[in-house]
Amino acid sequence: MKDSFTNRKYVIITMIVLASVALIIRLFTIQVVRDTYRLSADNNVLRYVTQYPARGLIYDRNNKLIVFNQAAYDLMVVPAQTGNMDTSLFCTELGITVENFNERMKAARSYSGRAPSIFLEQISDKTYAKFQEKIFMFPGFYVQPRTLRKYSKPVAAHILGYVSEVDEAQIKKDPYYKAGDYIGKLGIEEAYEKVLRGTRGVKIFMVDVYSRIKGSYADGNMDTLAVQGADIISSIDLDLQEYGEKLMQNKTGSIVAIEPESGEILSLVSSPAYDPELLVGRERSENYTILSADTALKPLFNRAFMASYPPGSTFKPMNGLIALQEKVIVPSTEFGCQYGYLFVACHSHSSPLDLEGAVMNSCNSYFCQTYRKILENPKYGSVSEAFERWRGYVNEFGFGKKLGSEFVNELPGLIPSASYFDSYHGKNGWKALTVISLAIGQGEIGTTPLQMANMTAAIANRGYYYIPHIVKSIGNNKSIDTSYTTKHKISIDSANFEEIILGMEAAVNGGKGATARIAALQDITVCGKTGTAENPHGEDHSVFIAFAPKENPKIAVAVYVENSGFGATYAAPVASLMIEKYLRGEISFATKWLEQRMLDLNLIDRDTVNETQH
Amino acid sequence: MKRSINIWYGIDKVTILLFLAMVIMGWFNIYAAVYNEEHKDILDLSQRYGKQFIWILAAIVLAVFVVIIDTRFYEFFAWFIYAALILLLVMVLVIGREVNGARSWFEFGPVSLQPSEFAKFATALALAGYLTNHKQELTKLRVIIPAAGIILLPALFTAMQPDMGSTIVFFSFFIVLFREGMSPYVFVSGVMMLVLFFLTLLIDNLYLEAALLILAFLVTWFATKKFKVCLAGLVTLILIGGSLYLLDHFVLKSLGNEIVIFISLIMTGIVFAYHVYNKKAFEVLVIYLFLLGSVIYINLVDFAFNNVLKPHQRERVEIMLGFKSDPHGTGYNLNQSLISIGSGGFSGKGYLQGTQTKFKFVPAQSTDFIFCTVGEEWGFLGSFIVVGVYLFFLLRLVKLAERQRSMFARIYGYGVVSVLFIHFFINIGMATGLVPVIGIPLPFFSYGGSSLWGFTILLFIFLRLDATRAEYLI
Repeated sequence: MKDSFTNRKYVIITMIVLASVALIIRLFTIQVVRDTYRLSADNNVLRYVTQYPARGLIYDRNNKLIVFNQAAYDLMVVPAQTGNMDTSLFCTELGITVENFNERMKAARSYSGRAPSIFLEQISDKTYAKFQEKIFMFPGFYVQPRTLRKYSKPVAAHILGYVSEVDEAQIKKDPYYKAGDYIGKLGIEEAYEKVLRGTRGVKIFMVDVYSRIKGSYADGNMDTLAVQGADIISSIDLDLQEYGEKLMQNKTGSIVAIEPESGEILSLVSSPAYDPELLVGRERSENYTILSADTALKPLFNRAFMASYPPGSTFKPMNGLIALQEKVIVPSTEFGCQYGYLFVACHSHSSPLDLEGAVMNSCNSYFCQTYRKILENPKYGSVSEAFERWRGYVNEFGFGKKLGSEFVNELPGLIPSASYFDSYHGKNGWKALTVISLAIGQGEIGTTPLQMANMTAAIANRGYYYIPHIVKSIGNNKSIDTSYTTKHKISIDSANFEEIILGMEAAVNGGKGATARIAALQDITVCGKTGTAENPHGEDHSVFIAFAPKENPKIAVAVYVENSGFGATYAAPVASLMIEKYLRGEISFATKWLEQRMLDLNLIDRDTVNETQH
Repeated sequence: MKRSINIWYGIDKVTILLFLAMVIMGWFNIYAAVYNEEHKDILDLSQRYGKQFIWILAAIVLAVFVVIIDTRFYEFFAWFIYAALILLLVMVLVIGREVNGARSWFEFGPVSLQPSEFAKFATALALAGYLTNHKQELTKLRVIIPAAGIILLPALFTAMQPDMGSTIVFFSFFIVLFREGMSPYVFVSGVMMLVLFFLTLLIDNLYLEAALLILAFLVTWFATKKFKVCLAGLVTLILIGGSLYLLDHFVLKSLGNEIVIFISLIMTGIVFAYHVYNKKAFEVLVIYLFLLGSVIYINLVDFAFNNVLKPHQRERVEIMLGFKSDPHGTGYNLNQSLISIGSGGFSGKGYLQGTQTKFKFVPAQSTDFIFCTVGEEWGFLGSFIVVGVYLFFLLRLVKLAERQRSMFARIYGYGVVSVLFIHFFINIGMATGLVPVIGIPLPFFSYGGSSLWGFTILLFIFLRLDATRAEYLI
C-alpha cells in the first residue's frame, strides 16, 4: 500500500518525546530543585500548637502563696479551615452574639487566613467543658489551654503588677514575643518577666484538610516541652501588707516598710489600692478603663515610688547628721528659738535646745541655723560649694536619683543642684538664707516614700543601706541581682547616727515636747520623726518615719497620709501599728484603741464613691 | 487474501504488560489517595479502591471480549458504533444526571457511565473508516472537511454538557489527520493560534503585532533571500501605516490603532500583489497571509477573552499564565497539587506516607489529580518511572501503528496514540502546572469505571487489529 506520508511519524514521535521531556524537567524542578513545596506541605498538615508555660508563682517572705495560676482556655481559629457550621449553636454555646461572631471572624481573617489566631480568649472551665463536646461540629476551631493569674488575697496589686497580652509594639521590640503571648506589666510581673514567663514549648500535630488532629507528628519526637517559669520568693510580708492596706483604707497615701539589715521591702502600700483580680482575664481591659478613669483617687497610681512630696521635718535628722559630720555643730550645740527663725515660724517649745531636744521637738529654728552653718562653712570657698557638699551627702542617702529597685517606673525625686539656684538667682546671687527652707525639708525638693523609708533604714543601720528590693530569691536558690546585696555606705560616722537616733527615740518616747508620743509602744523602743509635707493644692500631708527596735532594728517605715495635716496625727499611729504588727505579729491590747481609730478614719470625701474597693 | 491466525500468538504482549502494570499502579495509588484507616482492606467494596478492583476485573473481561470479536466487525460497524455514541451524547444532554452543572453521566442504579469516554474509540473507528475510503486524499478540502466533521461532532456535543476537558481531547485526532497527509500548515496554524492566544493575553496587542511584523520580515528575507524587496515591503507598510495613523489622529479620530494596522496591511498586500503574481513568490504570499491572519486572530482573541469567556474560565487562564495568584480560590487545586508533588522530593515520602494525600488536601485526588499521589509518595523517582512507562507505551503504540498493513488499523492506531497522548500530557501537565487545570483523567491510573473501560476498549480494539495484521496481504 502506498503511504507517502510515512516520514511524518518522526514528527509525532518527536512531539511525544518532547512532551515527556518537558514533563520530566518540570517534575525535576518542582520536586528536586525547589524545596518551597515541602515547607508548604508541612504547614498544610502540621499544626504547631504552642505549649504555653505556666508563669512562675510568687510567694511572700514566709512562703505564703501570693500569686498562682488558674486554667483558662483560648478558642483558636484557622479561618481558611472553617467550613459550614451552625453559627447560632456556636454562639449560644459561647454566649456571644452573631454580630460579635462576625466581627471576631473578620478580625481573625484580617490577621491571617492560614495561621491560627485567638477567636475568643480565656473561656472559663465550665464553658469549655460544654463546648469541648461539640467542637467537632466547628471545623477550623480548636482550644488552647492557657493559665491566668489568681491571687490568694486581694492585696499587693501595686507590688505584683499584672499580666496582659502582648501588643504590636512589644512584639516589634522583642522578637521573643508572638501574638497571643502574655507579658508582665508593672511590679514584680514586669521586673521579673524573664524569670516568671518560663520557656514556650511546641507540640506538633498532624491535621487533615478539615483540621482534625490525626495524631502527633514524628511520634512527638520533634515536640518541645514548655518549661514552667521559676517561682519567686518576694520579700513582702503578706500579713503586714494586708494589714497596711487595711489601715490605709479610705485614705490616700502610702506606706513603705523595709528590713534595714537587708533592704528587703516588707510592705509597700499605695492607697487607694485595687483588687489585683480585677486585672485578670477577659475583664482586664474593661476594669482597667474604669480604674484609670478615676482621676480623683488614681488607684492605678503607685504613690509609694511614683509620688514625689517635699519630705518636711522628716528631713531634719539627716540635716543634723550632715552638720555633725561636717563638724559645724556638736551634739551639745544649742540654738535659741522664739517661735521661729527669721521668716521660718516654729511652734511653742522650751528654748534653747540641743540637738537631741531639737529633733525631739522638731524645732525649725534649730535646723535653720544648723543648715546655715552647713552652707556658710568657712571650709568651703562659697555657699555654692558647701551646698554641693551637702547635696553629696543627700545623694548618698539615695535622694535625687532612682534608688534602683526592681520597679521600672520608680521616680528619682528632686534634690536641686547649686547650678539650679545659679540659673534662678544668678551666679553668687543666692546665699544660705535663700534656700533655708531645705533645712526643714520644704521648698524645691521632692522625695518618694520609698526614698524616705530607705533613709530611715540607713539611719537605723547607723550609716549604710541596701537598695530596697522586693524579691528575696528566685527559683531554686537562684540568688538575686548583686546590686541588691551590695552595701551602700554613707560617709557619716556611725557615732553621729547614735546622736540623732537619741533625738528620734526621744521624739517618740520622750517627755514634754516630744512630737510623736502617739507612736510609742510598750516594750519596743520606736525611734521616729514626724513631718508635714506642705501641699500647695490642699491640706498638708502627714508624714512619719520610724524604725524599731532601737538596738538591732528590724523594720524601718515611712508613712504618708495625704491631706491630713500634722505628721503625728495620722502617719505616726499608722507607722507605729505597722511596727507592732510586724514585730509582735499582733496588736497588743494597749494599742487596740488606736488601731480601731485608724481603721474607722475616713479621709476620702464622702461624695467620692470609691468604685474600686470591694 | 486472508489467513487465519491465532490471536494469542499475534497479540502484542508488551503492550498488555504495560497496560496491566499501569492499571495495577493506578489501583495502588487510588488506595493511597483515598486511604481510610477504618477500611484498610484494599478490596473493601465500600471504598473507591475496592470498586476500582471491580472496574479492573470488568475491564479485563471487556478486553477479552474486544479481542475475541472479529476485526471485520470493527471495520464494518465503525459507522454504526459512531452513530450510536453520537446518539448517546445527545441523549445525555437530555436525560443525563447533572453533576456540578454538567450533564455528562448516565445513571443506572449504582453504576454511572460517561458516554464521552466511549465516544473516543467510536470517533477513532469512524475516522479510520472514513479515511480508509479516501486514501491519502487529505490534501483535498472535500476530504478534510468531513474528516474534521467526524472529529468535531462529538466534540460539539461534549462541549454542550459542558465538559471542556473531554472536548479538548477530541481535537487530538487532528494528529491523526496530520499523519495521514493533512497539510502541516493547518497544524502549524493550530500551534501558532495556541501560542498567540497566550501572548495576546500577556502582551499589549501593539507590541505583539510589531513583533509579528519583524518576524514576518525576517522569515521573508530568509525565504526569498531578497533583502531589498523585503525592506521595500516593510518601508511601504510603515509609510502607509504612518500616514494613516496621522490622518486618523488629526482628522478622522475614529479609526483606532487596530483598524489602522489592518488597513495598512491590506493596502501593502495590494501594492505587492503584482510582484507576488509576477515572480510566483508563493512563500511571500503564505507569510503575508499568516501575518494578516495572525493580526485578525489577535484582535479576535482579545475580544473573545474579554467579552465571550465566562469569568471563571478567564480566571483559570489568568492563573495559569501567572497574572493572578489566588491560592484559596480557583488556584487552590493547582496550588495543593504542586505542594503535593513538590513535597515528594527526590524519592518521595513513602507509600501511604504522603501527608497531602492522606489528609485530602488535593481535591479529586483519585481521579483527575491521581498523579499527586505518585509525585508525593514516590517522589521524582516514581514520577520519572510513570512518565517513562507512558513514553515507552506511547512509542510502542506508534511502532505498532506503523507496522500495520491495513490502513484502517494504522489510522485507528494513531487515533489511540493521539487520545492517550493528549490525556497523558494534559493530565500530568495540569498537575504540575504546565497547562491550565483541565479536568481529564490519567488513562489506566485514575479512578472511574467509564474512563477505564473506555480506554480499555480503545486500546484492545487496536491490539485485536494488530494481532491479525498478517491477515492482510498486500
